[in-house]
Amino acid sequence: MSIPGPAAGFEANSSEVVDLKALQGDADIAATIAELDRDLVGLAPVKQRIREIAAFLLVARAREQVGLIAGPPTLHMAFTGNPGTGKTTVALRMAGILHRLGYVRKGHLVSVTRDDLVGQYIGHTAPKTKEVLKRAMGGVLFIDEAYYLHRPENEKDYGQEAIEILLQVMENQREDLVVILAGYRDRMASFFVSNPGFRSRIAHHIDFPDYDTSELLAIAELLAAQSEYRLSPAAREAMIEYITRRQQQPSFSNGRSIRNALDRARLRQAMRLCAGNAVATREALQTIEAEDIRASRVFTI
Amino acid sequence: MHVTQGTFSFLPELTDRQIAAQIEYCLRQEWAVSVEFTDDIHPRNTYWEMWGLPMFDLRDAAGVMEEVRACREANPNVYVRVNAFDSTRGWETVRLSFLVQRPAEEPGFRLDRGEGKGRTIRYALHTYASDQPAGQRYKSNQANVAKGDGR
Repeated sequence: MSIPGPAAGFEANSSEVVDLKALQGDADIAATIAELDRDLVGLAPVKQRIREIAAFLLVARAREQVGLIAGPPTLHMAFTGNPGTGKTTVALRMAGILHRLGYVRKGHLVSVTRDDLVGQYIGHTAPKTKEVLKRAMGGVLFIDEAYYLHRPENEKDYGQEAIEILLQVMENQREDLVVILAGYRDRMASFFVSNPGFRSRIAHHIDFPDYDTSELLAIAELLAAQSEYRLSPAAREAMIEYITRRQQQPSFSNGRSIRNALDRARLRQAMRLCAGNAVATREALQTIEAEDIRASRVFTI
Repeated sequence: MHVTQGTFSFLPELTDRQIAAQIEYCLRQEWAVSVEFTDDIHPRNTYWEMWGLPMFDLRDAAGVMEEVRACREANPNVYVRVNAFDSTRGWETVRLSFLVQRPAEEPGFRLDRGEGKGRTIRYALHTYASDQPAGQRYKSNQANVAKGDGR
C-alpha cells in the first residue's frame, strides 16, 4: 500500500468537480425564484438578495461536498420598509425557500409580536419566549414590529429579558432556526442602535422600497386575478387615478391599501349587480367597472 | 439491576441523536411530547414529576431535546423519560414513553411475600432505593446517559 505524497493528494482534491447546476436542480431553486418573480410585483432589491442567499447556500453545499469548511451561515434577517411593502409575504416565502434549499428542516413560519414573547409579570417572560422559540425550531421565527420588544422609557420592562433569550438562541442554535425581524425603517434603526447585539447577529438587512404607481396597478390586477375578478379597461384607468390620489394621502400603506380598495370595489360591484337586473352574466360577475372604483371616498376629497 | 420500563428499554441506551429521531417521529404523528422525571421507579408509579408542561404545536425535535438536556442537568441522577400523548379521539392516551436517563446505580427490587387471611399469599414489590427519603435515593453523581455522537 503506497502512501500518496502531499502533491498527489492536493492534485486529487483540486480535480474534484461539483456540478452546481445539478445541485441547483435538486433544490429546484430556479423554480422557486421564478415563482417569486411571478407572484411578487417589484421588490427588485429584495429578490436580488434572495438570489444571493440562494446562491450562497448552494455554494456552501458544494463546498461541503468537496470537504471544504462549510460552517452554518448566519441567516437571521431584518426586513425594514413602509407599511404594506410585502415584508410578511416575503417572510412567508422565505421559510419555504430556506426549506427547499435545505437550510431549515421543516420550513414553517411562526409569526409573533411582542405580546407572544413578553410576559405580564415577573418570571412569565422566559417560559413564554422559550415556548415560542421551541415552536419555531426547524423553521422561521418572524417577529413583526420587533422594536416594541424594547421600551426605552421603562427600564424594568420585561422586553429586555425576551431580547436576551432571543439573542442567546440566535447565536447558539443557528442551525435550528432563522429569526426574521420586521418593522418600519426609522424605528428599526433606533431599535438596533439601542440593541447593538441584535444588529451584529443579523447578517442580512433587507430594505423594502415603496411601490411606484405602475407596480401598484400590477398588484391590483394580480390580486383581482387571484380571486377571479378583472378590471374593465375603464376601471383600470380609474384605478390608476385612484392610486395616484391615494398615494398623496396620509396613511397610505402600499399593497395593503390596494387590497382594501379592491375589497371595497368588490362590495360595490355586488351592490350594483343586485340593484340592477335580476340576471347577471358570468362576465358581469367577474368584472369590476370604473364606477365601482370611482365611488370611493378618495375621489371626493 | 437495569430497569426495563417503557419502549426501547431492552435496547442499549439511546444516543441523543436516536432520541431526537424518536421525538421527530412523535411530532410527525402530531403527538404532544413531554418530559418527566422521578426517583421512585416502582412500576406502579405512573405519575412522575413533570418537567414543564407538555409541548404542543412543535414542529421540530430540537425544542424537546433542549428540555431533555435541561431536565438532565437539573436532575442529574434520577430517571428521566419522554412521553408522547396522542389526543385523537378514541386514543387520548400516551402512545410512546421511553427512558432517556437512568441513575448510574440501580439497586433494583425486592419481592415481599405476605401471608394474609386463610394463608393467602400477597406479593408486594419493594424498590430498595425508596428506603431512602425522596431526593437522597440515588447518591452517586454520574447519571447513565448514552455517550456517543451527542447532538
